Amino acid sequence: MSVLTPNKIDVDAIRDQFPVLHQEVNGKPLIYFDNAATSQKPKVVIDALSAYYEQINSNIHRGVHTLAEKATTAYEETRKRAAEFINAGEVAEVIFTKGTTEGINLLASSYGRKFIGEGDEILISHMEHHSNIVPWQMLCEEVGATLKVIPVTPSGEIDFEAFQSLLSDKTRLVAVVYVSNTLGTINPVKEIIKAAHEKEAVVFLDCAQAAPHMDLNVQSLDCDFMAFSAHKAYGPTGTGILYGKRALLEKMPPYQGGGEMIKDVSFGGTTYNEIPYKFEAGTPNIGEVVAFKAALDFIDEIGKEQIAAHENHLLAYATERLKEVEGFTPVGTAANKVSVISFNIEGVHPFDLGMMLDAKGIAVRTGHHCTQPLMDHFQIEGTARASFAVYNTIEEIDQFVDALKGIVKVFKK
Amino acid sequence: MSAISAKQDEIIEEFALLDGDFEMTINYLMELGEQMPVMSEALKTEENIVKGCQSKVWLHAKANGNAIDFDGDSNTAITKGLVSLLLRVYSGQRAEAITKEDIYFPDKIGMNRFIGTQRSNGFAAMIKQIKLYAVAVSMQQAANK
Repeated sequence: MSVLTPNKIDVDAIRDQFPVLHQEVNGKPLIYFDNAATSQKPKVVIDALSAYYEQINSNIHRGVHTLAEKATTAYEETRKRAAEFINAGEVAEVIFTKGTTEGINLLASSYGRKFIGEGDEILISHMEHHSNIVPWQMLCEEVGATLKVIPVTPSGEIDFEAFQSLLSDKTRLVAVVYVSNTLGTINPVKEIIKAAHEKEAVVFLDCAQAAPHMDLNVQSLDCDFMAFSAHKAYGPTGTGILYGKRALLEKMPPYQGGGEMIKDVSFGGTTYNEIPYKFEAGTPNIGEVVAFKAALDFIDEIGKEQIAAHENHLLAYATERLKEVEGFTPVGTAANKVSVISFNIEGVHPFDLGMMLDAKGIAVRTGHHCTQPLMDHFQIEGTARASFAVYNTIEEIDQFVDALKGIVKVFKK
Repeated sequence: MSAISAKQDEIIEEFALLDGDFEMTINYLMELGEQMPVMSEALKTEENIVKGCQSKVWLHAKANGNAIDFDGDSNTAITKGLVSLLLRVYSGQRAEAITKEDIYFPDKIGMNRFIGTQRSNGFAAMIKQIKLYAVAVSMQQAANK
């Protein structure tokens, strides 16, 4: 019999769709709590990927034969579906990338080099992933701009007042994370965007963590750019999207040169294709892009609200139960969070914690989570991080808490 | 059989008693770490740090005639256990032998994850560092001859 959680999600039925969950790790049933690193993939996504290779594999956009036509159609169907998923004004505003990191590099390299120059300022927050720090650092070094950092409060939230005082007429771009990968904090991005626009700065949102949990509506948020990866949202690795407003994308030079992104090539000069193709040089990850659509369908079929309700239920339950663990110290206690719990246990190094949990079949992430400046801010070396997805259960959290209690006992000996 | 191989085989035999149980293996590693001689705080210098992505290891080398003695420590309990094994194998061995003989025991005790490309705990970097010391000592010895 399947048990319905308060929000009526049939978790057993959902778990049945994820083959990878049904295995033992180190002799124990796998409990996968590393979803913020990458989510597992439902059967529909795996099937879509193999169906692509078994039935329609062909290079896209250039062939006249039937398979090329089918592959192109499937590829472009995902673009339409992704545009719908984020409520983009039009399909051409969706550019396929390798993932969030490539999206940010594309933006820094193309938009950044053209529109950001000496004396200009870029604002990022102290809780950014290295992917949303380093490309901007590189750009600033190259063009002579300044990178300014919005501080984070002790609870792990953006200091909004400090942000407002950092905003100035010199601010050209604000690049912030919608949901922190390390802390789970949901940032007030709508307010950030509004304030930035008042200073005529454009805003990029890193939606890598937001995509599987939050409703993304680029038009109502009014963000200028955003990016996310398919693999954190039940989709395949190696693909993701960068969204940009048409007016901005059209003004941007290409990112990489090659096939697909051109209109005409001659040795006298080359003219470039229209958006989005201008930014998609070379043969993309066609199969993965095609299967990405199945992931977006999977999310919408369950419903983002239902997913969030289930995950919030898990988050609230885990947050409460973890208090029973001696020495448990949460890192990031924002009121508005997704289902990510970063923590330390007094006297136990996160690395040991991660290994000992793994021995019990429980997968969590440990370390600095690619947010070293944030770790420095909290004056810690790292954390252990448990992150929950739609297929996780209350029973798994109970086992997790029991495992932690056992580990504490070993260290107290 | 070389002294280094003999030490490694002894470790493999010791861990074989745990029957590949991962949990027991890491618990045993932690016990070994606890039993390791305490490294003097004075040796835990910035210079002696071998940095991994997630844990720190300190390594100090001292030439002792033809051989090299190593001291080590780590800020994580499991890594410390691995460090103790590495020192059991290499400490007190001749520099030339250290440069030539490779480590194969981690794979046999289910700890191969620390050797390959996932260098999360500085163990792989530590092996490299030990070899570098050995090369330096060997070269010095050759020069002194």
